[in-house]
Amino acid sequence: MNRRRVKAIAWKEIIQVWRDPRSLMVVLLMPLMQMALLGYGVNLDIKHVTICTFDREGSQESEALMKAFQASPYFDIVETEHDYDAVKRAIDRGRCKMAIVIPPDFSEDLAASNAASVQAILDATDDNTANIALGYAQSVVGSFSGTVQLSRTQSLGQEPPVAPAVAQYRVWFNEDLVSRDFIIPGVVALVLALVGSQLTSLTLSREWERGTMEVLVSTPVTRMELMAGKILPYFFIGLIDAALCLVIAVFWFEAPFRGTVATLFLTTSLYLIVVLGLGYFISASIRSQIGASQIALVATLLPTTLLSGFAFPIDQMPPIIQGITYLVPARYYFAILKAVFLKGSGLGDLIAPIALLALYAAIIGLLAARAFRKTLG
Amino acid sequence: MTGAAPASEIRIVADRLTKRFGDFVAVDAVSFEARAGEIIGFLGPNGAGKSTTIRILCGLLRPSGGRAEVAGFDVARFPERVREHIGYMSQKFSLYSDLSVMENLRFFGGVYGVRGARLDERLRFAIGMAGLKDRTDALVADLSGGWKQRLALGCAVLHEPAILFLDEPTSGVDPASRRRFWDLIYSLAGDGVCVVITTHYMDEAEYCNRIALIDAGKLAAQGSPSELKRSAIHGEILRVEGDNPGAMLDALEGTPGVRDVAPFGSSLHIVVDDAARDLPAIQTLLNARGLGSARIEPIKPTLEDVFVQLVGADKARRTGS
Repeated sequence: MNRRRVKAIAWKEIIQVWRDPRSLMVVLLMPLMQMALLGYGVNLDIKHVTICTFDREGSQESEALMKAFQASPYFDIVETEHDYDAVKRAIDRGRCKMAIVIPPDFSEDLAASNAASVQAILDATDDNTANIALGYAQSVVGSFSGTVQLSRTQSLGQEPPVAPAVAQYRVWFNEDLVSRDFIIPGVVALVLALVGSQLTSLTLSREWERGTMEVLVSTPVTRMELMAGKILPYFFIGLIDAALCLVIAVFWFEAPFRGTVATLFLTTSLYLIVVLGLGYFISASIRSQIGASQIALVATLLPTTLLSGFAFPIDQMPPIIQGITYLVPARYYFAILKAVFLKGSGLGDLIAPIALLALYAAIIGLLAARAFRKTLG
Repeated sequence: MTGAAPASEIRIVADRLTKRFGDFVAVDAVSFEARAGEIIGFLGPNGAGKSTTIRILCGLLRPSGGRAEVAGFDVARFPERVREHIGYMSQKFSLYSDLSVMENLRFFGGVYGVRGARLDERLRFAIGMAGLKDRTDALVADLSGGWKQRLALGCAVLHEPAILFLDEPTSGVDPASRRRFWDLIYSLAGDGVCVVITTHYMDEAEYCNRIALIDAGKLAAQGSPSELKRSAIHGEILRVEGDNPGAMLDALEGTPGVRDVAPFGSSLHIVVDDAARDLPAIQTLLNARGLGSARIEPIKPTLEDVFVQLVGADKARRTGS
């Protein structure tokens, strides 16, 4: 590998990016906009679920349960209905996500120490929200029945019974259970994948499209030199973008950062090599700029959002899909970022994902170098 | 390693070079040699296989058959070694429009591995050659055709290649710039560079030391312009100019003594055995047909006449200047 040739190509590439408004946009504006859009837009927390109530009894007990729902931060009672038709309409029209129906014999059942039942009707078009809302509703009802039981035993002058088992949750690493704290590292992984692959996807296709490639391949430049010269400038640009995203994540979105900058730098560099290599591989295979850019978008956006563990937990996917996630480099980087941000993990804790990412970088580099042929036609 | 270029002056050897794209034979068993200091012109209609031949010789396309050596290296086996010794100007304009004159030159200097004092000297040479001394900071996009073309030539010779391949370098350039470009080519050839140039301008072909006429992938003939004229044209050429070329063509075709008639623009070129002897008879014939206003004069054969004789009038017209 001749350093002089690599330098000549890298320098030319930097001048071209600097003079091309479109490339500058990808370099500077795209990461900012995507961080803002995804940082604010993606929020997996469920609070203020709109509900309606249908109290078929109207007793003191039933009203106490309603109050318990009202007091919960997870629910907003927006309507009070008086028949099933009204409940049905409220859910059909989307005014409420859930209806709580209290049966007419609610207080009687409670008094008779039978298990009193409460009906919850859910709009499960968004099954994820519905599941989470149901869980919250169960916990509201559960704590209500605990209170009832306590007051009943006290009124009978008995010792309060020891609850058979009480689950005590202690949440580590994301104490507030704020989904944004783990979404933000995911957004960084996504933005870097998008920007990185976009940058290099244009680099060879531009030369083919403008006709400069024909002369470039007639020079003694080897394909390794060409790849090095073309990826190197974007690696530094990518590091700047990564720093930008991480600064926004920590200082603007206040994602807790417990790791070290050195760990972050090393792992981010590795990830950048993978996404830049991917873009270069696409660019070597497709000779039109539009085509290469579109494919780079599809190849990074979908797998990174769907299969990296960012939007859906990997261990809940069907086994086949879980297998496919091993092919998504963002999977490793997302795991690393989460660990570095929330757990403060160091390099020693991350040997497995780092090794896999490095393997990925080596394979994609090899494929990218081989994909480009110094021949025409 | 095959070693350096052989001591002999031969720079290119092509031996039954063939290139097929599927069923289509783009280059069909082309053989020729080119020596240092020689300007060899590939002349032929569009699609005849000129560019494909050059691309094979530059190592950009693999030959399907036959072999070629450039600067002593087999183009199929050692394309990288070949590339160290060649300069190439492609048909498409191939400099970076968003880079300045100097940035383009420095880039090509870098990829050709020219450095230090030699680089400074070669940059000066290329800038002087292109006549861009006062515009080294101008963006290439802002230059006109003639400047761009001379700059592209400058970039192609930065590393002092032994062989220069120019694929229709003068298409779309004004006549004055074309003339200037040819002066540069002569001076490079004078320094010992072997120049291979493709063109479909007949007048440009006359500037070459040697011409290879290419038609449908085959080498139809090769030789110096005068050799080609001597060998291809048996007889002499008369130019017939008149108001009604169509009627004149009908009248003259098949006339005894007239070996061939071909339209050239608004006039006809006819080939006869002996101009002095046959001219009066032809004048008489035209007079008899009511075409007496036609002027007939003997002329020297052009390369276009050669082309007509060798590959037929239709193709010659498509190639024509």
